[in-house]
Amino acid sequence: MIAGTTRAGIVAVSLITIVSAAAPVLGPYEPSRQFADLAFAPPMVPHVLDDEGRWQRPFVYPLHLVDRLEHRFAEDRSTRVALQWFTARRLITTPNAAGPWLLFGADALGRDVFSRVLHGARMSLGVALLATVLALGLGALAGAVAGFAGGAWDTVLMRVSDFLLVLPVIYVVLVLRAAMPLVLTTSQVFWIMTAVLGVAGWPFPAKGVRAVVAVERRKEYAEAAHALGAGRLRILLCHLLPASRSFLTVQGTLLLPAFILAEATLSYVGFGFAEPVPSWGVMLHEAADVATLADAPWLLAPAAAIVACVLSLHLLSARSVPSRGPGQTTSIESAT
Amino acid sequence: MTTGFRRYLLRRLGFAVLLVFVVSSASLLLARLAPSDDAFAADRAVIAAERHRLGFDKPLAAQYAEWLTRSVRFDFGESLRFRRPVAALIRERAGRTALLGVTALMLATIVGIPLGVFTGSRSSGPVPSVVHSASVVVLSIPSLVMSLVLLLFAARTGWFPAGGLPSIPADAGIVGSIGAIARYLFLPAVALALPMAAALERLQSRAIQEALADPCILAALARGVPRPRIVWRHAFRLALKTVLAIYGIMIGTALSGSFVVEIVMSWHGLGDLMYQALQARDLYLVAGCAAAGSCGLALGILTSDLALAAADPRVEELG
Repeated sequence: MIAGTTRAGIVAVSLITIVSAAAPVLGPYEPSRQFADLAFAPPMVPHVLDDEGRWQRPFVYPLHLVDRLEHRFAEDRSTRVALQWFTARRLITTPNAAGPWLLFGADALGRDVFSRVLHGARMSLGVALLATVLALGLGALAGAVAGFAGGAWDTVLMRVSDFLLVLPVIYVVLVLRAAMPLVLTTSQVFWIMTAVLGVAGWPFPAKGVRAVVAVERRKEYAEAAHALGAGRLRILLCHLLPASRSFLTVQGTLLLPAFILAEATLSYVGFGFAEPVPSWGVMLHEAADVATLADAPWLLAPAAAIVACVLSLHLLSARSVPSRGPGQTTSIESAT
Repeated sequence: MTTGFRRYLLRRLGFAVLLVFVVSSASLLLARLAPSDDAFAADRAVIAAERHRLGFDKPLAAQYAEWLTRSVRFDFGESLRFRRPVAALIRERAGRTALLGVTALMLATIVGIPLGVFTGSRSSGPVPSVVHSASVVVLSIPSLVMSLVLLLFAARTGWFPAGGLPSIPADAGIVGSIGAIARYLFLPAVALALPMAAALERLQSRAIQEALADPCILAALARGVPRPRIVWRHAFRLALKTVLAIYGIMIGTALSGSFVVEIVMSWHGLGDLMYQALQARDLYLVAGCAAAGSCGLALGILTSDLALAAADPRVEELG
């Protein structure tokens, strides 16, 4: 029996995955394309009724600049820019000669915020997803070693993870990141952030995996496997780790939102991606200025995207919350 | 004070000292690993003299040892960026972060705990489910987003100052200066407190639900104890341990969150100082901030340990 909220979470997460995978098709323009004279242009609503009240194919009225200093724009009601479907390998776009369709408005350089949010999803979610996989892998490894070997390994690994768990995650990530060179290429930043987040996140799954492995390895089936001549590695990988699968899944849905946020924070403060890479943190940094924010609230679109992702992941994990072991309660939730 | 309790206390104290030591040392070493120490003076002799004065010409181990011996006497060296002693800088900033963090924790407790008891003790009805969904949504709004939204709110309405903290005029009096600080404190504290309040609400709600399933509650009901008393006295005490245990983690959350809030809302506290230090590769300032932050963290964890021991004396056996 799947609860309604969980189903909503599954649908939302799948949608987000599809949208970010298909960003180049769904985004009307290149994320780096600048439209002249459209800096801080407001969002443009598509119309289907023209001024005479006749039905038309979806179109927008092009914007023109009224006041360059105050970034005020007016719709040009005399011309209509029809939206083009399935041209130039994009779902919706507008002809090059006509003005653009800026669903979420434009940023300080006249770039389409909507396209940038979609492309930013690939960067931000890509880092978060890979980092989650890395953290789960490292955590499962550490937990399995601690639970299976016991003794000194167990003590040392668990003490270290207990220690790391009380530290504020963002500072661990910051200091690790700051130890690397500041100016890097985009792909270097991508992999360094993934590594840093993964390394900072391993203690969260490690403790639970250790608990599972320590219990399971005394059970009959593990002893039977041993009696049948299975090696230690085989028992660990084929018999004990699968027992912690559901636990790892839950941890993944908790780590992912934390890492989405960590990427945004790092890029926001300038330790992550940098302009002109479209990532949610980089985009939020542009909205950081109070005066800009008051004039162009649509620059907060990536913030809405972050909340949507985190919320759908929370909905997804809500069902499995009560089945979490004691001591695992909300440590990640509160770490975000 | 029993010996068991004394041992528990000693062990937690030892952990606190270790925390401060390891965190500040690790951040010093990691910051030293960073591939540059900025000395942009043109003259080579000036660079060499400056490096010597700051101790950068020594090998890592010697520099670390010297920093360690000095920091025991609370001399954390001099900041490269601000050209001032690190200790003085931290004294200025730590108070602000403490003010922000403690206010937010109190706010989160005042809002989150009663709501959690309320939703946890009622299984159905429109109000609990509204509170429940609201806290799931709020839990998904991180402090980064919340503070940007509140900043927009402040900029649009002008009801609250959009970040910062002004110098309080000397003739403002106690009431006046508290009022001024509160006006500036309100939005950052709310941005920091809301996600924590939601987390506390969810936790308290679950803990109360579990506590109400306890056989002793059934016994109390059978004795005819009125329901509000059962929820707020009996179940609340049973749930207290789970909730108090999370406060140790909450201190870290408050520190994590305050980093973002301080930067977005230009609340010049410890997080903002740490950020500037990391950006400028200001070695001693990074280590000093880490030491101050971990002291706060250790203090918070110790407080939560003591509260836990007061709520449930059995902890001393668990250690």
